[in-house]
Amino acid sequence: MDLILLFVGAVLVNNLVLARFLGICPFFGVSKKVETAIGMSLAVTFVMAVASIITWIVQYAVLEKFGLQYLQTIVFILVIASLVQFVEMVIEKTSPDLYQSLGIFLPLITTNCAILGAAIINIQSGFSFVEMLVFTIGSALGFGLALVLFAGIRERIELSDIPYYFRGMPIAFITAGILALAFMGFSGLVK
Amino acid sequence: MRLKAFTSGIFGNNPVMKQVLGLCPALAVTTSAINGIAMGLATTAVLIGSNTVVSLVKNLIPAKVRIPAYIVIIASFVTVVDLVMNAYVHDLHKVLGLFIPLIVVNCVVLGRAESFASKNGLLDSILDALGTGFGFTLALMILGGVREIMGNGSVFGFDLFGPSFEPSIVMILPPGAFIALGFLMMGYKYVEEHKRVKRGGE
Repeated sequence: MDLILLFVGAVLVNNLVLARFLGICPFFGVSKKVETAIGMSLAVTFVMAVASIITWIVQYAVLEKFGLQYLQTIVFILVIASLVQFVEMVIEKTSPDLYQSLGIFLPLITTNCAILGAAIINIQSGFSFVEMLVFTIGSALGFGLALVLFAGIRERIELSDIPYYFRGMPIAFITAGILALAFMGFSGLVK
Repeated sequence: MRLKAFTSGIFGNNPVMKQVLGLCPALAVTTSAINGIAMGLATTAVLIGSNTVVSLVKNLIPAKVRIPAYIVIIASFVTVVDLVMNAYVHDLHKVLGLFIPLIVVNCVVLGRAESFASKNGLLDSILDALGTGFGFTLALMILGGVREIMGNGSVFGFDLFGPSFEPSIVMILPPGAFIALGFLMMGYKYVEEHKRVKRGGE
């Protein structure tokens, strides 16, 4: 039961993008089309899950054991950067189709603060291994949900008549604000 | 020329308003003007450190591994800032929390290392870091100030409107961050456009 609450909380209430402000750059960068948004969310989900598992193990098996917690930031970012590179190479060799659709997003993911953010939140909240998995997958789905919804709205904004000074980024931010307002309706769903 | 490296980061090429970079901290910690300044200064400190080191070692790093090398340099400075802030300004460190280690993945810092410090000399790189950092701090302070005034009726902790003022709480909640920045960007675009027309450009 607790795990279900944790999951729903991660997807809706504490949505990674709209409530915690992680992964804003891809949220605005690749949300012009629904298709690319879906590709990006798949890539992020995959990398986030693998990165969280590895950083969790590194934290408890290496850093805590030898009292090196102050190296957390450096070690985590190195793990994530090399992981992204590795995933990119594996996908390129094994599945060219998947590489075609995800390839361009992978380098961008290294500097996606949602990945490092989720890894650090996992440690700071003192999650057990199972809780960490549930939370990470929930967070990644929440990211995907927000991204795809936002892309859907932006496709329509493209076609509408917008005052000159609001065109481009300003209207995108205000739209995101209204979307965040809608997501606030979920607060109180999970205590 | 020298001065331009400094000033372009503040208005013409402002990292938040114009380049739309470094948004995660810009939106997350700006619930008050003072938090915005603190985050801005922490980022500036990292920028100065990373730009200095990158411009010093730029000829030693092979081009193929430059990005990982930059990330390690940046991560080292972030760790230093993180530990120093935890020791001397513990309360502020608690408020900014997660977003201090996340300076590592702030695209502004990596962006300056890659596009400026790796091609320019030491002095220019430091000036560029100062300008970009100052522009970032300014943007965060304005955003934080607007949200604090509308959401809390105060600025830098001073009460502005007296007890009869009813603040709109939404401005200090997450949606307010997006909406406030949206309107600020609109204002920025307006000012920029007017400047261009005045200069007689099309």
